[in-house]
Amino acid sequence: MSEDIRRSTTSVATRPGEQAPAEGEAGAVSARAVDAPAVMAVAGRPWPSELATTDLALRQLLHGLPGVDQVGAEARAASLATRSIKKDSKLWALDTAIRMIDLTTLEGADTPGKVRALCAKGRRPDPTDPDVPSVAAICIYPDLLEVAKDALAGSKVALASVATSFPSGRASLAVKLADVRDAIDAGADEVDMVIDRGAFLSGRYGKVFDEIRAVREVCGDSVHLKVILETGELATLDNVARASWLAMLAGADFTKTSTGKISPASTPPVALVMLGAARDFFEATGRRVGVKVAGGIRNAKEAIRYLVLVRETAGEPWLTPSLFRIGASSLLNDILMQRTKQLTGLYSGPDYFTID
Amino acid sequence: MTDDTDPHPEPAPGRAAVAWDYAPAPESRQIVEIRPVYGLFINGEFVEPESGRFFPTINPATEDELTSVAWANERDVDKAVVAARDAQERVWGKMRGRERAKYIYRIARLLQERSREFAVLESLDNGKPIREARDVDVPLAAAHFFYHAGWADKLEYAGFGASPRPVGVAGQIIPWNFPLLMAAWKLAPALAAGNTCVLKPAETTPLSALLLAEVLQQAELPPGVVNIVTGAGDTGAAVVAHPGLDKIAFTGSTEVGKHIRRTLAGSGKRLTLELGGKAANVVFEDAPIDQAVEGIVNGIFFNQGQVCCAGSRLLVQEPALDSLLERLRRRLGTLRLGDPLDKNTDIGAINSPAQLSKIQELSAAGEAEGAERWSPPCVLPDRGYWFPPTIFTGVSQSHRIAREEIFGPVLSVLTFRTPEEAVQKANNTPYGLSAGVWTEKGSRILWMAQRLEAGVVWANTFNRFDPASPFGGFQESGFGREGGRHGLEAYLSA
Repeated sequence: MSEDIRRSTTSVATRPGEQAPAEGEAGAVSARAVDAPAVMAVAGRPWPSELATTDLALRQLLHGLPGVDQVGAEARAASLATRSIKKDSKLWALDTAIRMIDLTTLEGADTPGKVRALCAKGRRPDPTDPDVPSVAAICIYPDLLEVAKDALAGSKVALASVATSFPSGRASLAVKLADVRDAIDAGADEVDMVIDRGAFLSGRYGKVFDEIRAVREVCGDSVHLKVILETGELATLDNVARASWLAMLAGADFTKTSTGKISPASTPPVALVMLGAARDFFEATGRRVGVKVAGGIRNAKEAIRYLVLVRETAGEPWLTPSLFRIGASSLLNDILMQRTKQLTGLYSGPDYFTID
Repeated sequence: MTDDTDPHPEPAPGRAAVAWDYAPAPESRQIVEIRPVYGLFINGEFVEPESGRFFPTINPATEDELTSVAWANERDVDKAVVAARDAQERVWGKMRGRERAKYIYRIARLLQERSREFAVLESLDNGKPIREARDVDVPLAAAHFFYHAGWADKLEYAGFGASPRPVGVAGQIIPWNFPLLMAAWKLAPALAAGNTCVLKPAETTPLSALLLAEVLQQAELPPGVVNIVTGAGDTGAAVVAHPGLDKIAFTGSTEVGKHIRRTLAGSGKRLTLELGGKAANVVFEDAPIDQAVEGIVNGIFFNQGQVCCAGSRLLVQEPALDSLLERLRRRLGTLRLGDPLDKNTDIGAINSPAQLSKIQELSAAGEAEGAERWSPPCVLPDRGYWFPPTIFTGVSQSHRIAREEIFGPVLSVLTFRTPEEAVQKANNTPYGLSAGVWTEKGSRILWMAQRLEAGVVWANTFNRFDPASPFGGFQESGFGREGGRHGLEAYLSA
């Protein structure tokens, strides 16, 4: 789906004393590895290649990134939230937001029936209007992928699955990788993994990096990898920027804000910082990494505000489903309502849109 | 189910489907009623000027005439001073603080209730973007009245003696860059302290003060407590020269400020001056760079740079220069210049042709002296007074654009190597109104703040105002403070 935006460069060195990834299994893993010295130039530090992914080297890089002033970032996000999107530009934003949605259900109570309903909704969000585009993907737990695969057959809606012991990520690497393999075997086009926040917060950046690399290897080139930072647990915007860089360096196709299980989930300042990191990473490496915001985005107005953030932070190239996604469930119906209002001038009630 | 047809094919990666531009989102002009002609506001009423003269006020974004406003002469000013004196001695000066507070709170609430009218009117008359008028000027003006209402019954605890008394009648002359906000800065502390006022708005931006007069009537403020005399420079001179005033407060150019000070010498009148500035915005290499870029933009392009405390000299530590300039240029490319009433406009019109030609002249001088000029691609409207956001790089301390106040959207970029050099360069100006420091190192912020000769030092932010925080200058930026406990001193006799 986005091979052409990935730039093939040098492979990242493995940690001393560790085995290089097995070539056969990993496939073309190096496709997403980045030119480390170029990245280090961003932070203005030399890259000691023999230490490439040790805690110390990663710490040097991540702590050498420019700081994020929380007050300033919040003020900027608040200021962008005052953009007033009207008429044609609103309609374009609503349609684009639909195309960017990862329509999600991640409940213990999920059943095949629930997943089939969600898939039908994702393919054709508004049965009364064939002009409404499909969503980008359906995002579910791995054990229900087969149901969804059937339900999505013949459509362009991608199949995304959370994995790596979502949402906590508190399991051994072997279990996490098995989880990922299981999802891919069941037909996932996209994998949403979680990082080890405990390791990140205790400064064990090498562990976080290696886990992402390992999942990346299992995904190979054909499966799209989104790395969930769980920014609500990282707490500071400095950490958000560092975790974004760590994930991008390790080969993520997307960085993603949240699992949706922790509050706060996605917030505009967090998205601002992640989009800024994606832009800076592109400047340093020539590779565009996407951003997915998820959790608590329930109405069209919030979704449009995120699109404004994308446009004015990362820039217009990111205004496409291959580089920006919104993980949501109830958002879709609000967008449909706003869309109908925009086209007809009349508000219809929630009963005119399906609850799935 | 048949294959889903996707009416919106995925665009090529790295390219947006379409250039997503924002549709016009204009605020309604009909929100506010502009009268065909305005008299002077004296003794609680709008009256015909003794002068019999009127002058037009125009919308700088379109050059259309908005309305006609009375041009007060000496006799008009005298009438206003007499009314103010009478009100001070018979009503306002004797009123208990907590009673005065009720009026001031009422004014603050009415400002909030009618905020949309004020925002539109301010944008029309001044040329500033509605976003700024709506989000900054009007809410801050209301906040100043709220804050000072709180002081009215607590003046004995302000630290200026056990029973401080009002000064008397104040003549207050305000500029055109923040017409309503400057009126609030002047009126609120004066009223809280028991003074009465003769306010002279700027020639090019009298309308929001006249709408404020309507609010004062609505608040049933006793007649004569606030009088508003519109006019040009001669009206201001008449206010300054009037022997019946106890105090003059002036915000405006350093040139006029010096003239006022000479005029008042030996008169016994009190004086506070808030004049020009050439603020340094100092960015260290360890600054939070994206927020620093926002702060630089906010520092020099807020209100088209027509801000006395604008961060017009950017001092960048040399290692950070290239990265910062690249980010700054990219950010300037996203600024939206155009119709000030459009809610998405970031850069509005320059207030007057006179100001525009001053900005053009100094920018030309910058080029002539060898600095490199850059503006993002932007189309200026055909009518009205416009100047694109502009950056000069390669500027030296000796260039005019690094010395003189431009009062426009023009940023001069200079560099430094060490903190000592930053302080030296920042202080190397006859002005001293504000300064900014950008660094993640807290101890350096304090070190810099101790050494910068400026009334306000912002750390990791710029152009932040709060009624509780005193504002004022050093050297040619004036003296006296406005806002906070310190600001009350100008209006109290111990």
